[in-house]
Parts: sequence; structure tokens; C-alpha cells
Amino acid sequence: MKVGIPSEIFPNELRVAATPKTVKRLQKQGFEVYIQHNAGIKANFSDKAFEEAGAKIVATAADIYGNSDIVLKVKEPAMEEVDLMKEGLVMLSYLWPAQNQPLLQKLADKKVNAIAMDAIPRISRAQKMDVLSSMANIAGYRAVIEGAFHFGRFLNGQITAAGKVEPAKVLVIGAGVAGLAAIGAANSLGAIVRAFDTRKEVAEQIESMGAEFLTVEINEDGATASGYSKEMSPEFIAAEMALFKAQAAEVDIIITTAQIPGRPAPKLVLADHVAVMKPGSVIVDLAASSGGNCELTQNGEVYTTDNGVTIIGKLNQLPSQASQLYGNNLCHLLDDMGKAEKWKIDMEDAVVSRAMVTYNGKINWPPAPLPVSPAKPKAAEIAVEDPKVVAARKNKKEATSMFIKLGVIGVLLFAMGQFAPGEFMQHFTVFVLAVFIGWQVIWNVSHSLHTPLMAVTNAISGIIIVGGLLQTKDDLSNSLVMTILASAAILVASINIVGGFVVTHRMLKMFKK
Amino acid sequence: MIFIEKEIQTAAYLFASILFILSLGGLSSQESAKRGVFYGITGMAIAVLATILGKGVEGHVYIIGAIAVAAIIGTLLARKVEMTSMPQLVAILHSFVGLAAVLVGYGSYLAPPEVNSNITEAAKHTGHIIHLVEVFIGIFIGAITFTGSIVAWGKLEGKIMSKPLLYPGRHAVNIILVIAVIVLGVLFAKAEGTDGMMYLYIMTAIAAFIGVMLVMAIGGADMPVVVSMLNSYSGWAASAAGFMLGNDLLIVTGALVGSSGAILSIIMCEAMNRSFFSVILGGFGAVTSSGTAAAMEGEVTALNHEEVADLLKEAKSVVIVPGYGMAVAKAQYPIYDMVQTLQKAGKKVRFAIHPVAGRLPGHMNVLLAEANVPYDIVLEMDEINEDLPETDVVMVIGANDVVNPGAQDDPSSPIYGMPVIEAWKAEKVIIMKRSMSVGYAGVENPLFYKPNAEMLYGDAKDSVEKILGFLKA
Repeated sequence: MKVGIPSEIFPNELRVAATPKTVKRLQKQGFEVYIQHNAGIKANFSDKAFEEAGAKIVATAADIYGNSDIVLKVKEPAMEEVDLMKEGLVMLSYLWPAQNQPLLQKLADKKVNAIAMDAIPRISRAQKMDVLSSMANIAGYRAVIEGAFHFGRFLNGQITAAGKVEPAKVLVIGAGVAGLAAIGAANSLGAIVRAFDTRKEVAEQIESMGAEFLTVEINEDGATASGYSKEMSPEFIAAEMALFKAQAAEVDIIITTAQIPGRPAPKLVLADHVAVMKPGSVIVDLAASSGGNCELTQNGEVYTTDNGVTIIGKLNQLPSQASQLYGNNLCHLLDDMGKAEKWKIDMEDAVVSRAMVTYNGKINWPPAPLPVSPAKPKAAEIAVEDPKVVAARKNKKEATSMFIKLGVIGVLLFAMGQFAPGEFMQHFTVFVLAVFIGWQVIWNVSHSLHTPLMAVTNAISGIIIVGGLLQTKDDLSNSLVMTILASAAILVASINIVGGFVVTHRMLKMFKK
Repeated sequence: MIFIEKEIQTAAYLFASILFILSLGGLSSQESAKRGVFYGITGMAIAVLATILGKGVEGHVYIIGAIAVAAIIGTLLARKVEMTSMPQLVAILHSFVGLAAVLVGYGSYLAPPEVNSNITEAAKHTGHIIHLVEVFIGIFIGAITFTGSIVAWGKLEGKIMSKPLLYPGRHAVNIILVIAVIVLGVLFAKAEGTDGMMYLYIMTAIAAFIGVMLVMAIGGADMPVVVSMLNSYSGWAASAAGFMLGNDLLIVTGALVGSSGAILSIIMCEAMNRSFFSVILGGFGAVTSSGTAAAMEGEVTALNHEEVADLLKEAKSVVIVPGYGMAVAKAQYPIYDMVQTLQKAGKKVRFAIHPVAGRLPGHMNVLLAEANVPYDIVLEMDEINEDLPETDVVMVIGANDVVNPGAQDDPSSPIYGMPVIEAWKAEKVIIMKRSMSVGYAGVENPLFYKPNAEMLYGDAKDSVEKILGFLKA
């Protein structure tokens, strides 16, 4: 099967849907790979590198769209690109199906089977193909880097000969994949990081990345079955806005990542928030393309407001890194669809059926909802008691049980002394004391030497040889059976002794520091 | 022939007992362990010599003949045995002690020890009864140890199905058998001369049967408990022989071995969070998946050898959790090769051993020692658990239940409460396994479904060698 990768025609799109590494991987999966001339140039992958990886270079996009069975793309295709596509082509790219109805219609009319990478359901199995996550990860990282670039100070606190530097304060709004990546990056640059999210369940993740979790006093959880947050009640939003305003006056960099699929991004940073920010502060708006979380964001622009706040509405995509991760996501999906040999479009499959937005000339959107958030089992309620009381009770209980046990043992020994002859009592004394000694000694044996311990006890339990030794007789006429039994006992007991000691020695020799 | 006096013999026995205690005490650390074996050998030599040279010992030809043959067999056995087969060797040696106890018991019945003629008839009679009871008990324990150990050997060797054999009403049958043994005991004690022989035969047969059924009902990962328990029995059998012969050395040594085995059983049971009785009564693992209440969430993801090698290259600290699967695949040598390669690359590599890993207490330690793994990087569960959250990669090789997070957070799990190695707390967990099958306890392992867990399917040895290839490449 032929896999084709065209150049991206959208001017600001620097990524490419395959890299030399993923080309190798595609070939391993059994595909033939064709790449349009200079497709990877903006992401720093030369034609030569692709050729060395085993791809064939073709001149035009028409060659790609006309001859491939599968086309891998980044940005949703332009109408004129769709015109080039052949019938039955499987195309993988971003499509934003909720916003691009006409495009879907055109793809369906051309009988192109289009898979929207952005519509891969966010279930655990599909994590490896989730481009939103992999791209968000990059965006979160880059947001911190660009924010720091436009911010005129260090992020970390320092005490230098020239004076003390306060650490910068970073506020991250929305702790999805991008938000968490931003928290991690800002934290490792040394900033004080705070993060806000309407979903209470992410508090732990935020803290694990090294940020402080900010919350409002209203008890409302924004988590939904889709994994995204829902829109909150007016009271909640009012409290949220008050919190953001207070924070805006205090922090140096705000990174917003809140997006709701298929709808404009919620406005979280209002004009009057920006107004109270310190001059030199930075807002990085990762939701700029869907309208922005900040009221003043201009998509694709970086500018400074009158009060000196820089608002960043565009980000460098780190095209080389992004292409690599995006390419990997595609490979994982192709892997899941059976690779070249067992290639199958399985509309029963939970992932494929949801991402395949046009199939056999029909639009397959919107898909049925699929719940993903793990339903957390309620922790069993455990009655907590004062440990001191518990310990005291335990102590008392142990003392009582010990007392009873010793009493019983005493009575038994007394009864025994009444009936048993002296000789037996003597042996019995030895026996009991030996058990006690054994008990004390063995508890000290190192766990790692338990096998040698068993072997050595094997050897010394061969002491039963003594029984045999006392029973053999010279005179076989009277005690043939006896001597045979005794000799047999000596034989097996000696095997034990010799075998046990030899194997113990062998084992212990192996233990080296 | 020189004979030594009874008093000197007693002194020699006392000395031998002290040496045996020192021998066991020596095993408290690796450094003193070798000395411990030396003490044991010396003690044994003294004991045997003092007995042979004692007054009234006859049949030296047979004695020396038997010992010579046994020495050859024993040495060959011990030299030849592979460390992975240690459990089998230990089991078969237990059976020998049991057999010897039975033989000595019969001998002692045929020729009861001389009784001091100064005492009264009544006292003589009591003494006789006590001797008979000792013989009876000695043979009973010996026979159970003998057949039980043989079955244990068969299970470990794979000659007998390791799955627990359970039949309805087995507890009732066992109780009836024990009652029958008691009745036989009473009849036996009343019989004159050697007339009780028939009772003794029947009892031996019943004891042998109990031994077989006892071990048949237990299987798989409970084997360490069984082997420890039989170890204990073999000690008690020796002790019982000591009572019937009136020999303190036998009593002391038997008691040492008996308590040693008992302690090992307790340690093993604690490590599985199960009571000793529930293990002995058997049947665990046969009641499979009754408690899989928590449905598995998430997805099992697998890696290939190259990807695992890449993960290891990036890791700074690695912890390896070996289990029975490593023993089966004999993977300890390539594993240590891999460990050395990683160490050369400046990584911190350690082993984490669960107390019940393998089929014998301390089995994993011996296997790793065989492959020259220095023992200071081999840690116990409690020592390593607190370090796991800071560990980059945990490799679980052929272990399952001992890394099951369900033991901590799923009260419906059959192994809930068992102490486990908290592998899932590490950054990444790689589980090397032959298939997705459940572990011995028949419990699904939620670890495999954790997002930071990756499977690597295949034979452990094979896989490790391939990873090693990629690491060296």
C-alpha cells in the first residue's frame, strides 16, 4: 500500500506529517512511502534525509493525492486540495469537523474516507494517537518559553553579587495536557507557579507538577464524561473572575489554555484584569485560534497594551518536534488499523468509528458520546480511632492472652510431672529449651539466606543417623530385619548430611559482595 | 576398637549441640555463614564419631558401608543440582529424614532400649507405654514427612500437577483418619511384645496417605510454605526419634530444625497475609476470580525489546523485581549481564525480592548469587519500597502477585492486605511475562492496566538477551 505525504500549503503551517524516523516506521509496517518535494523543509527535514530513510520523493501534490492509498497530512485540506484527491482515498489530518461542515460535505462527495485526528476519542487505548495531547504538550512548553522571552526578568529567584532577584510568578489557567506541560516547564525554570482548573480531580496532578492549586469557595465540579470541562454556573464564574482579578495584580505571566471543543474559548481574562496587571507582565493565550481566553487577544499577533502588558496570540509550533510527535501519533493509528498487511477500516472499532468523519460518501459526524473519565470507586469509610487508645487496648489484650497461655502451659506441665517418669521429664526439659533457643536463633537469620538455612537444617536433621547407628547389630541371625532397617536409615540420613552440607557450602560460596 | 565412656559421649553430644546452634546462628549474615557451615560439619562429625565409638554399638561394617555409599550419592546430588532445582533437592532431602525416622521407629519398636532394673514394676510399665507412644508419634510424623515431601518434590519437578487437588469432604476424611490413628495408637500401646506391629503398619499407611493428601491440596506459590512446613516436620520427626531412643542430641537438633521450619512457614505466611492454617488446609487459588469485583480500567500496552532498551538507556535508576518466571527461564545470567551493562553506563541498578518470590524461601537470592550478583544490591521488599517513587524504571521479570496493587487498594481482592512491592510508584514499569494470564492467586493484576506500565511478552531469558543486544549496540 502507498502512503503519501504532501507539503502543507497553509503559509503558517510549518509541520509535516512524517519525519525520517516515522518514514522508517511506516516501512516497517509494510507501507511504501511517497513524499512531496520539500514537504519537510520548514520543519528542518530535507528531501535527502527522507530519501535516506527510504521514502520516494515526488514532485507535485497531484502525484500524492492521485496515486496514494493513504494520505498523511497535518492541517485540514483546502478545497483545491480536495479536488486533487482520488475516490476511496483514506486521509488523516486535523479536520475540526464541528467547524468545517462544507469541507466535510466536499470530502464526502469525493468519497474520500477522512479521519479527523482531532476527533480521536480521548480514551486510554487511544492515548498514543491523541494528537491534541501530543501537540498540547508542545504548546504548553512553548508558552512558557515565549512568555519568558517577552518577560523582561529572570523566572527563577537568585541572590547574586549584584543583588537579590525575586522569582517570577506564573499563573496557568486550565490544567489539561498543555496546562500541565506549562506548569512543568515554568516550575523547572524556577518560577512560582499557580494553576486554576474547574475540575477538582486535577488538583493532585497540578500539585504533582509543582504548582499550587487555586480554587474558589463554591463547590461545583467541572468534570464531564468527555474529559473536558463544562461551562460553570454564573455564581461560580463570578467567584472565578474575582479570583483571576486578584491574581492578575500579583502574577507576572498568565498562561491560558481553556478550550471547549466545537465552541469559542471561554473569556477568562477580561480587559479590567489586564488593566490591573503590572507593566512588563505577559499573557500567553493558547486558545487564541478559537477566539482566545483573554478579551484582548489578537489571533496570530503579539502586541503590548497601553499599560505595558504583552499579549501573545501566536506560538512557534516547534515544527521539528511537533512533526515527530504528530507522525508518531499517525503511525500508532495505522498500527491499530492493521498496518499494510491486514489493513481494515473497522467501523465497529471505538476509535476509528469516531474519528472517521466521512466514510463511503457519507458524513459521520457528530459521533455517539463515549465516557472516559475514570469513575472513582468511593473509598471505604474507615472509623478512625485514637492510636493511643488502640495501642493501650492491644497491650492489655496481649497481656491477658499471655497470662492465660502461661497458665495453661503451667497446668499442663504440672500434670505431666505427675505421671511421666523422671527420665522423660529430663528429655522434655531439653526439648523445650532447644525449641526456645532455635526460635531465638532463627529469627536472626537473614532473609536472603533462607535457602541455605533450609539446606543446612536438612543436613543437621540427618543427625537421625544416630538412631540407626545405635540399632545395627553384628549378629545377623537374630536381628537381620533390625540391621537392614538401621542400615537403610543410616544410608538415607547420611545422604542428607553429606548432600546438605555440600550444597550449603556451594550456595554460600556464590554469595559475593 | 577403642570405646569411649557414656559420660564422654554425653559431653561430645553437648559440644555437637552447641556447634549446631552456632551453625544456625552463623546464617544471620553472609560473612559469618561460611563459618556456620564449618561448625555444622564439625558438630556432625563429632556426634557421629562419638556414637560409633560408644559402648554397645555393633555392626561397624554395615555402618561404614552405608555411610560410604551415602557420601558418594550425597556429594553427587549436591554437586549436580542446578540452583533453579534447589526446591526439589530440599524437598527430597526432607523425605529422607522422614524415611529415616520411620525406619528408626520400627527398629526401636523391635528392640526397645534397656530399662533401669532398679525401678518399680509400675514405673517400668509407664516407661514402656511412653516409649510406645514415642515410637508411634515418631513414625506418624516421619511417614507424613516422607510421603508429603515426595509429593512436594513431584510438584516442584513438574511430575505432579501443581494445581491443588481438592475433593469434597476432604476435611471430614482427614478428621476420620486422625481419629483412626488415635484409636490405633491406643490399641498399639496395649499390645504385648511386638504384637502391635499390625497396628503400626496400618497407622504408617494412613500417615503416608495423609502426607500425600496434605501436599496434594496445596500448590503453586504456596509451595514455599509447604517446603518450610515439611522442613519443620522433618525436625520434629528427628526429635521424636530422640525421645524414643532417649538421646538428647537428637532431641535438641530436631527441635532446632523444627522451630527453624516453623519460623520460615510463619514468615512466608505473613508475606502472603494468610494464616498458617488456611495454607495447610489448602485450596487457595482453586477458588479463582471470585473476588474480581473491581473491573479493570485502562488499557494494556506492550513494547518491543528495542523500546525497552531505550527506556533503560534513559533511566538513571532501575529496580528489577524477579519472580518464579526468572527461575523457570533461568534468566539470572543474562539479567546480571544486563545489570552490569547498565551499571557501566552509570545507572543505579538494584534488585527487589519479595519474601515469597520463587518456590523456596530465599530462592531468588540464591539464583542471583549463582549469577554472581553481589548481595549488597539485592534488597528486601521493605528496604526498597520507599525508594520506588524515585525510581525511573522497574522491571518485573516473571513475577505477578507480588507486585499487585490490588493487595493495597482493592478490599475485594483475594490477596488484599498482602504486603507487595509497590512497583507502580515508579516512573515506568516494564512487566516481562509470557502472556496475559493471571498469577498463581488467580487474581487479575491492575498493574498491567496502569498508564505507566508496559508489557514485554516472551520468555524472560530470551527477552533479556535481546534487550542486552540493543543496549550494547
